[in-house]
Amino acid sequence: MKLIGEKGVRGILLGIAFSALSALLLIALFIMSEGLPFMFRYGLKGFLFSSEWQPEIGKFGIFPMIVSSLWVTLGAMAIGGPLGVAGAVFLTEFVPRSVMRVVKPITELLAGIPSVVYGFIGVIVLAPLIRGHLGGPGLSVLAGSVVLGIMILPTVISISIDSILAVPQSYREGSLALGATTWQTVHMVTVKAARSGIIASIILAMGRALGETMAVIMVAGNSVKIPHSPLDSVRTLTANIALEMGYATGLHRQALFATGVVLFVMIMVLNIVAGLAIRKRVGKK
Amino acid sequence: MRIPPRLTQAGAFVILGSATLLTLAVLAFIIGFVLQKGLPVLSLRFLFTNPQDMGRAGGILPMVVGTVLLPVLAVTLATPLGVGTAVFLTEYTRESRVTRLIRFGTDCLAGIPSIIFGLFGFIFFVTTLRMGWSILSGGLTLAFMILPTIIRTSEEAVKAVPKSFREVSFSLGATRWQTVRKVVLPNALPGIVTGVMLGVARSIEETAVVIFTAGSALRMPTSLLDSTRTMAVHFYILAREGISTENAYGTAATLVILILAVNLLAYWLMHRVMAKRS
Repeated sequence: MKLIGEKGVRGILLGIAFSALSALLLIALFIMSEGLPFMFRYGLKGFLFSSEWQPEIGKFGIFPMIVSSLWVTLGAMAIGGPLGVAGAVFLTEFVPRSVMRVVKPITELLAGIPSVVYGFIGVIVLAPLIRGHLGGPGLSVLAGSVVLGIMILPTVISISIDSILAVPQSYREGSLALGATTWQTVHMVTVKAARSGIIASIILAMGRALGETMAVIMVAGNSVKIPHSPLDSVRTLTANIALEMGYATGLHRQALFATGVVLFVMIMVLNIVAGLAIRKRVGKK
Repeated sequence: MRIPPRLTQAGAFVILGSATLLTLAVLAFIIGFVLQKGLPVLSLRFLFTNPQDMGRAGGILPMVVGTVLLPVLAVTLATPLGVGTAVFLTEYTRESRVTRLIRFGTDCLAGIPSIIFGLFGFIFFVTTLRMGWSILSGGLTLAFMILPTIIRTSEEAVKAVPKSFREVSFSLGATRWQTVRKVVLPNALPGIVTGVMLGVARSIEETAVVIFTAGSALRMPTSLLDSTRTMAVHFYILAREGISTENAYGTAATLVILILAVNLLAYWLMHRVMAKRS
C-alpha cells in the first residue's frame, strides 16, 4: 500500500463511494434517453391520457395501466398497511423484547420468498377462492392487492418497528404514570410520536407495490382496460413492460421504455417523500 | 357510550395480536404449501440431472449452476464497492453535503424496482455494450441492484466496531488505512458477510432482471458470455406456460429452501456479532 499512500487510498475510496450515485444516474440516463424522445414525439397527452394501447397499429396510450397500477397499489396499502402497523405496534409494545427479537426476523423472511412464488400461490389458491365466492375471473385487482399487501408487510413492519423503538422511553413512562393503559399510551402517545416514521414505512411500501412485477403479472389478469370493480382483470405499468419487452421492437420498444420512465418518476417521487418523512423524524430528536 | 379502558386494552391486545399471528400464519402457509408439494419431487437426482423436453422431465442441473453463478458474480462485483463506500463514509469523512448526497443516492437506488434494473441492464449491458443475454450482463445488473443492501449493512458493521480499537491502533503509530485494514475490517467482517448473504438472497429470488439480462437458455453455460436460466426463472416459465406443475413445485421447493438457508445464515452471523458485543 506504500505505493499508493494514504492520500491515494482516500481518493480511491471517495471514487468508490460515488458508485451508488453514479449507478443511479446511469440508470436514469439510459432509461430516459430511450423513453423520453418517444414520449415527446408521440405527444405527452396522448401517451399518458389515452386509453388505446394497440402497438400493432401504433397506438400507445398507457392511461389504463396508470389507473390499474394505482388501484392495485392502493388496494395493497389498504391490506398491508394496517396489518403491518398493527404487527409492529404489537411486537414493540405488547410483548417482551425477547419475543420481538425472534419474531421480527421471521416476518422479514416474507421478503425473502421469491415474487414468482407469491404469484404462483396467488394463482393456485387465491384466484379460485375469489372466482368461487365473489365472482369475476379471479385474476383481478383484488387478487393483486392481496398478494402485494402480503409482500409489503416486511417493509411496513420493520421500518415501523424501528421508528416506534426510536420514541424515547420517557414518553411512555409519563403516560403510564398518569394511569393510562398500554393501549391508551400506544394510540395517544407512542404512535403519534412515531408518526412520520410509520408514514415513511407506508410510502416506501407503496413504492415496492408499484414496482412489483412478476407476482402482479401472474395474479392481476393483464387485460388492458380501466377497472370498474375490484374483481376486474387489469394490467399494471410493470406488467405492461415485462409482458411485451420480449418481442417488442422499434417504436413499440421505445413505448415500453417510456412506460418505464413514468414508473421511474413515480417511484422517485415516493422515495424522496419517504426520505423527507424519515429525515423529519431524525431532525426532531 | 364510553368503553372502560380495561376493555379497550384487552380488545387492542386481541386485535393487534391476531394481526401479528395472521402475518406469521401467511408465511407458514406459503412455506408449508411449497414444501408439501415440492419435497416429494426433490431428490439429488432432480438437482443433478439435465432437464429434458423443455423441463417436462429430468432435473434442473443447469439452473442450479445458473443460480450459483449469477449471485456469486453479483456479490463479487458489488462487495468491494459496497464495503469501500461504507469505509469511506465512516472512517474517512465527517457528515457533510457530500455524505448526504452519497446516502441519498444509495437510498434512491434501493427503492428502484427490479423491472427498471432489468430495462437498464438490457439497454446498457446487453445492447449498448454488446454483451448479449449472458451471465456477465445479468451479474453486472444484479450487482447494481444489491449495492445499496451491501453498503447499508457494511456501514452498520463498520460503525459497530468500538472506537477504542481504532484509538489503540492509532496510538501504536498505524496510519488510517493500516487501521482500517488490520483492525476495523477484520472486526466488521461478520456484519459485512451478513450484507453479502442478503445480497445473495436478493439475487437468487430475482426474476425480472434475470430474464431481461441473462435470458432463459436451458442448456449448461460454458462461459460468462453464455445465456443462463436461474431456478426462479425456470419456475416462472414452467408454471406460467403450464409445462410441468410437478417440476415447477420441485424447483420452487429447492428455491425456498435455498433462500431460507441463506437468510438464516445471515441472521445467525448478525446475532453472533450482537451477542459478542453486549
